[in-house]
Amino acid sequence: MLVTEPDQRGYFGAFGGRFVPETLTVALDELQAGFEAVQHDASFQSEFETLLRDYVGRATPLFEAGNLTRRAGGARIFLKREDLNHTGAHKINNALGQVLLAKRLGKSRVIAETGAGQHGVATATAAALLGMPCRVYMGARDVERQRPNVQRMRLLGAEIVAVESGSKTLKDAINEAMRAWITELDDTHYVVGSVVGPHPFPVIVRTFQSVIGRESRRQCLERFERLPDIVAACVGGGSNAMGMFHSFLRDETVQLVGVEAAGSGVESPAHAASVSGGAPGVLHGARSMLLQDRFGQVRATHSISAGLDYPGVGPEHAYLAEIGRVSYAAITDDDAVAAFRLLAECEGIIPALESAHAIAFALQRAADLTSDKIIVVNLSGRGDKDLGILESLS
Amino acid sequence: MSTTETLAAGATRLRAAFEARSGDDACALVTYLMAGYPTLEDSLRHIRTAAASGADVIEIGIPHSDPIADGPLIQEAANVALGNGFELPQLIDALRQEPLTVPYVLMSYINPLLAYGCDEFMADLQATGCCGLIVPDLPLEEALPWAEAARGRGLALVHLVAPTSTDARLRAVMTAGDGFVYAVSVAGITGTRATLPDRIDSYLRRIKTFGDLPVAVGFGISTPTQVAALRPLADGVVVGSRLIRAVRDQENLAEVVADLAAATKGNIP
Repeated sequence: MLVTEPDQRGYFGAFGGRFVPETLTVALDELQAGFEAVQHDASFQSEFETLLRDYVGRATPLFEAGNLTRRAGGARIFLKREDLNHTGAHKINNALGQVLLAKRLGKSRVIAETGAGQHGVATATAAALLGMPCRVYMGARDVERQRPNVQRMRLLGAEIVAVESGSKTLKDAINEAMRAWITELDDTHYVVGSVVGPHPFPVIVRTFQSVIGRESRRQCLERFERLPDIVAACVGGGSNAMGMFHSFLRDETVQLVGVEAAGSGVESPAHAASVSGGAPGVLHGARSMLLQDRFGQVRATHSISAGLDYPGVGPEHAYLAEIGRVSYAAITDDDAVAAFRLLAECEGIIPALESAHAIAFALQRAADLTSDKIIVVNLSGRGDKDLGILESLS
Repeated sequence: MSTTETLAAGATRLRAAFEARSGDDACALVTYLMAGYPTLEDSLRHIRTAAASGADVIEIGIPHSDPIADGPLIQEAANVALGNGFELPQLIDALRQEPLTVPYVLMSYINPLLAYGCDEFMADLQATGCCGLIVPDLPLEEALPWAEAARGRGLALVHLVAPTSTDARLRAVMTAGDGFVYAVSVAGITGTRATLPDRIDSYLRRIKTFGDLPVAVGFGISTPTQVAALRPLADGVVVGSRLIRAVRDQENLAEVVADLAAATKGNIP
């Protein structure tokens, strides 16, 4: 039977939990209690909803990508325009929720990790708005390949720490943010950016992101008087996908598809498809699917998209994959770049390279379906940050 | 060996190692060295050097790609060890072929142990003569199956406590724990620090009110002066990053360990 909430110990089925140093356990208990309290706090919910409407610009539109549909030649493709949110991605939904929560918890500063930089920008933005100092940990390699976002974070007043350890990407940024949090628990909240990490982070992030799926479901019912046939979203850690999927989990007629980064191919060593190509393991405080060698060391990953270049995945995804409620596809760098270019050319929308993976999947699947079918793709972010990467390819 | 002896072996040997040093205001010296750093042969030689230079208990660190409780020195050592091809089964084989005579424990993050397999790991670890294991990312809530599997093989799963631990958690660890308790000195990560944390004395006394397991304090302890200051407060003192630095900088490890060992009796060189 499908479960949509974790158990007392933070498990979705066999995935999740809390594999953290003892120092963190009490802080996680406090966070959980604080989070549960604001769930039933009307003033918190009203403040959050007002910000989502007036500051973020929600609800985001559900746009029929008619030209893309014609190119694919099959099912109708609709885009949930999270790229139109303030700061240009879905990340702001969670960042605002968690910075508001940090204030309720009596914390005076926030820290965050970032991969592509979108979560770092979103957290720096929320911190600027709500008057909190902010420090962002970013892998040194990502600092190089996502320059515009580094500049944005600095303008917003955030301090950037370039993380030089390990693979110098998102995984190592999370390690370093967790280490920093351990030493600064008293006054600091760690704004985790995806549905990863020890309980209760996966459920907190999903809850603040679930507005995506709630709106999409309502928009579909208003527009088509029925639910879509397929809902697709890209998956790195998996926050835009969980935010999109949550409201559809009990709608059995809706196929849910998480799209992972196949890099140079899932058969090659250079990919980041943890569900498709990984095995159960513990990283960043939770048991989930993980790219690792046979000795339990975490493997180097590759994706052209910094936001998907992560060896793990949120534990709820691992659970939904295991029970078969969500299927997971993988899209290569080349196919993602082609979809990126196509969406720009035929719809005038420049997607984030992360979201371009989901677009590429929709193009492939739509071609196999008839025109009475409806595919909704979560266009999780805009692609301005990726222009340098595209330029370096040509 | 009878079943009861098997059940008691690891935990009892660890307790005995601490209790042997508890008279005359002394405490035990626990030295942390990383397996495979910079190579497996080097690390085994360093471990024997530490044992011969006055270490009472040896902690053998298992390199991991993502050591979230460790500071830069141990992170870098792990990178070097993994880069040089460290594999856990090779360490187990080496320890089985040439057993250490000093009581020792392995310190590993949970994922390499999950990959090895809980039951297989405990069986192989027992065959090396090891006394137990410390898993820094396995808090009480997740530890039960591992603690039971360890106990079944006569091994102690050593729990960690931290200054942030509640009384209820301290009580649970002090009553359910095996071997000794590892008291993390600060809310922080491993690495050398110039001074001892504030209120370390009241923290260590608070732990002791919940039971009589030996308490070893670690994280941030690097100098003989710090060791001597902790001597009346703890049953053991763990020194780690300082020794990793000694290996990295090719210092005379025997001297560094001997000076720390002298400090456990109050003699500061």
